[in-house]
Amino acid sequence: MVAATQVWEALEEIPDPEIPVVSLVDLGVIRSVDVENGHVLIEFTPTFLGCPALEAMKRAMEEKIPGAEVKVIQDDSWSTDRITPAGRAKLRAAGFAPPAPREASAPKLVQLQANVFRCPYCGSTNTRLENIFGPTPCRSLRYCKNCRQPFEQFKTI
Amino acid sequence: MNEQALLGLADDELVLGWRDSEWTGIAPMLEEDVAFSSIAQNEIGHARAVYELLAGEEGDADALAFDRRPEDYRCAPLVELHLLEWAHTIARRWLYEVADEIRITALKDDSDTAAAGLAAKIDREEAYHRMHAEMWHEGLRDEPRFREAVEELWPYALGVLPGELRSELVARVGLAEVEAVERGAHTEELAPLWEEMTMVRRSAPAGAQW
Repeated sequence: MVAATQVWEALEEIPDPEIPVVSLVDLGVIRSVDVENGHVLIEFTPTFLGCPALEAMKRAMEEKIPGAEVKVIQDDSWSTDRITPAGRAKLRAAGFAPPAPREASAPKLVQLQANVFRCPYCGSTNTRLENIFGPTPCRSLRYCKNCRQPFEQFKTI
Repeated sequence: MNEQALLGLADDELVLGWRDSEWTGIAPMLEEDVAFSSIAQNEIGHARAVYELLAGEEGDADALAFDRRPEDYRCAPLVELHLLEWAHTIARRWLYEVADEIRITALKDDSDTAAAGLAAKIDREEAYHRMHAEMWHEGLRDEPRFREAVEELWPYALGVLPGELRSELVARVGLAEVEAVERGAHTEELAPLWEEMTMVRRSAPAGAQW
């Protein structure tokens, strides 16, 4: 009979469809795994509601763990704060700046325009906001004025 | 928020998402092409989540989204307008985001915990749409062309919200309350949009596979 730890191990092998350097576990989108009498229930939280990878992630979990029931939880329980330290390190190594911590109030434009976001290539915070939006809903575009490299910054959710 | 109001919210997000996506590839600058595409994608994602909530686990959210006749949609006329003109497009984005923030904030405190939880999630994403709208508003607020577009769309913006939430919109936009273009009736521009939006679904009644 399958144990919850085995399910977690299997989920760690499923890459994010859009950023394959991180797994679903790294992203923190698996809220819980419950195994009862051989029935596996995985509770899963989407990153962005309009994320087209949502269906692909659900399907990948169902294929990896045959018979598992995947329940999508559509509330505010996922935040970019749930990306694991290992996940953040993998993102940075792949050229994606990890998200800033979530604050009690929603982020403001002046915060995004501030010089606090670190370039994933050279580490400088001398970076500017190019576009609030980017190639996928979860990312903004920034430009590093130090190493003159554009980069993608994870939005804080 | 009752079911009809939630359906109105979902329809607003679906139809405005459709309208905003019409800028994909033709926005006046590349940054806005990216921004409008991303905003549209989020809005359609919000619509899907609300349709799924309304349809329930056994229901069919796609049927709710696409199998109604145009006259049965509950969207506000503001989102239906086909506005391929930049000042009006930005005026609508800004007015809609201000109104939507008031509505979503109220929904976060709803006694229906599933709807309130979803509203909290939507609110996190909308924060970025509001930043975008506010950035444009700050840049254009004194431009006569933009002011005229805002004033022209103002009766439509009021129609996004139920009566009890309108005073806050009036305070935030700074225009006098006028007779609203109410939800329920539709503009002539909805039917052609509906034709296009439901075309694939109608072409494969048994369900398209790809």
